[in-house]
Amino acid sequence: MQSASAVWTEPIGLNNTRPATSSAPPLHLHGGINTPPRPTIGLLILTTSYWEAAVPDYNLLFDQPPKMTHQFPSLSPAQKKELSDIAQRIVATGKGILAADESTGTMAKRLQNINVENTEENRRCFREILFSSGSTMTNSVGGVIFFHETLYQKSDCGKLFPQVIKDKGIVVGIKVDKGTAGLNGTDGETTTQGLDGLSERCAQYKKDGCDFAKWRCVLKISDGCPSALSIAENANVLARYASICQQNGLVPIVEPEILPDGDHNLQRCQYATEKVLAAVYKALSDHHVYLEGTLLKPNMVTAGHSCPKKYTPQEVAMATVSALRRTVPAAVPGICFLSGGQSEEEASVNLNAINQVPLHRPWKLTFSYGRALQASALAAWKGKVENKGAAQEAFCTRAKINGLASKGEYKPSSSTGQASTQSLYTESYVY
Amino acid sequence: MPHAYPFLTPEQKKELSDIAQRIVAPGKGILAADESTGSVAKRFQSINAENTEENRRLYRQLLFTADDRISPCIGGVILFHETMYQKTDGGKVFTQHLKERNMVVGIKVDKGVVPLAGTNGETTTQGLDGLYERCAQYKKDGADFAKWRCVLKITPTTPSRLAIIENANVLARYASICQMHGIVPIVEPEILPDGDHDLKRCQYVTEKVLAAMYKALSDHHVYLEGTLLKPNMVTAGHSCSHKYSNQEIAMATVTALRRTVPPQSPVRIGITFLSGGQSEEEASVNLNAINTCPLSKPWALTFSYGRALQASALKAWAARRKTGRLNCSFLGKILYTVNNTYLIVIPLQNA
Repeated sequence: MQSASAVWTEPIGLNNTRPATSSAPPLHLHGGINTPPRPTIGLLILTTSYWEAAVPDYNLLFDQPPKMTHQFPSLSPAQKKELSDIAQRIVATGKGILAADESTGTMAKRLQNINVENTEENRRCFREILFSSGSTMTNSVGGVIFFHETLYQKSDCGKLFPQVIKDKGIVVGIKVDKGTAGLNGTDGETTTQGLDGLSERCAQYKKDGCDFAKWRCVLKISDGCPSALSIAENANVLARYASICQQNGLVPIVEPEILPDGDHNLQRCQYATEKVLAAVYKALSDHHVYLEGTLLKPNMVTAGHSCPKKYTPQEVAMATVSALRRTVPAAVPGICFLSGGQSEEEASVNLNAINQVPLHRPWKLTFSYGRALQASALAAWKGKVENKGAAQEAFCTRAKINGLASKGEYKPSSSTGQASTQSLYTESYVY
Repeated sequence: MPHAYPFLTPEQKKELSDIAQRIVAPGKGILAADESTGSVAKRFQSINAENTEENRRLYRQLLFTADDRISPCIGGVILFHETMYQKTDGGKVFTQHLKERNMVVGIKVDKGVVPLAGTNGETTTQGLDGLYERCAQYKKDGADFAKWRCVLKITPTTPSRLAIIENANVLARYASICQMHGIVPIVEPEILPDGDHDLKRCQYVTEKVLAAMYKALSDHHVYLEGTLLKPNMVTAGHSCSHKYSNQEIAMATVTALRRTVPPQSPVRIGITFLSGGQSEEEASVNLNAINTCPLSKPWALTFSYGRALQASALKAWAARRKTGRLNCSFLGKILYTVNNTYLIVIPLQNA
């Protein structure tokens, strides 16, 4: 696979400056440029000094021909380079993302499964175990996604977690969305909230050590879903989030997850994925998002969980890569799949197959796994401090395997633990 | 959300993608010989030839019967409707002749531009009426690909949102109809180089236009692997005072494509030429710069050249006609890229 050049793609020798024309929108009235306006009935009550009145009101008074704006560059070349460099580091060859951003509510379920109480200390403890893992982690993990609470917690030796991660040369990320909200008039579909004050929050997170962010939108497949509204609304909110992140130096991970719930077949999922991704990239274009400074976190294309037909990893891989080749521009540096309830082993085997598909793949194809990296570690830990080594061992094993899978070099052996093959599917998964 | 209602069988998809691959095969280009009767008139005027049907036939024959040196360079030929049904001196229909030379036959199917009311002189392209039936007939008559040209322009107020979505939509409709008949649509959203805008403006506009283009193709369920995109190179306007280097042009072009064209879509970059001999050199250097640009280019990428190829031939024909000898070999320069590594300019000799 051709690896993308590390060079950022700003055209050589060009300045990101505004065009020399004035910053006010050109005034085009009936009869052409610079002719006086034709008064209408509504204007007779205005004073003769309305020319000096608020310029934007002209748009309401007269028919303005639709204009295509010049580019009004929102990012300087230096800002673009910073974003692009961060993105490249996260998806460096052989590396992926540890999604450790489970909310308090989600951690409750995880800890309940191993009979551990959902206290802040226990949550801190478990993240401590993961983050203090050795060099295997450094070799296979390019970025870690944090939940807000964890960003301000400290390790056993008193160092803030983001610093621990950064000291390993791993990029720190933060989940910034505020969960899903219902879309009225749809069949239980949602959008995702969190845009209010997002710019200020991003600026603060950047100061506190983050370099990328994550925002999850959720779509589902059923007879009438995803609806046109759901696709358009989620694509739009993702693009808004991405635009705001980039303004604050954070690389946005764009996550339009299509849930695996349902009995649909592989083709149906591929079709839905292609439609959703086409809409996402159109929205990103409309919102002037700098693609080289983003990452995509999609679902793999799989059949629904209750689909009677079973597909091989090669079929899943082919459907996934085809869908991506038809929709994701080459400028996107990396695609980090979510595991979506697949078991640890399944998620690795599928990622491996994806990286072996005989089609040209111009982006990195790697992992951004939560459950699929942590299940064995949780099971080994059981909340007991003496199990720390075993838990770290389990985590590092999965990290290493997924690192190999992201290069298509994973060779599954027969001795996989019980936890790794256990399906991690929960219906209508909410983080 | 509707289910997919597939309208192409796997065999139809394979046929389309095979045709597309043949057209963008490494080292091969398309000869655009699809000038309408009116356009040919201008060409003939420059060499003092009368614009009769016979002269048009003779001129096209000259191009199509050139010797074997052009065979490895020409993957496909685009014809105008009239030419599809004309014959060589030996009585063979042109399409048959071209197919025997292993060239894919294409047909221009649009019916020219029409204005969009309420815009600053912008246009859309017509030709959808009866296109379904016309494509069926063209396929029977030997065409395997089609061409449809939409035109956008850059000024301080254009391309407007309407022009972008209308042209994208009409291109996607045309593409969808072609595919139903086993014809590969060449999708051409041409942004004219007229104007004094800089390189950056052209890049911005190209990115917006192509993003809309691919969204429309997705909405119309067009099978991307069985299409061919023909974008313009990203260049500054003709009257732009700043001159850009070939590397800058190449970088801007490839960046715009990388940000908008899905890897699955085959791309053939259209080269628009300025008048005058200098442009052929310019064009070849730009093609070379694109090929050597350090950014990854994941598409099957080749180039389309029309006027340059014919300019020299036209002049040679004029010379020959003066001496009364109309049957002559093809004289011209051929520019082509081989395996994306280097550019070869081969002058062919007189017969």
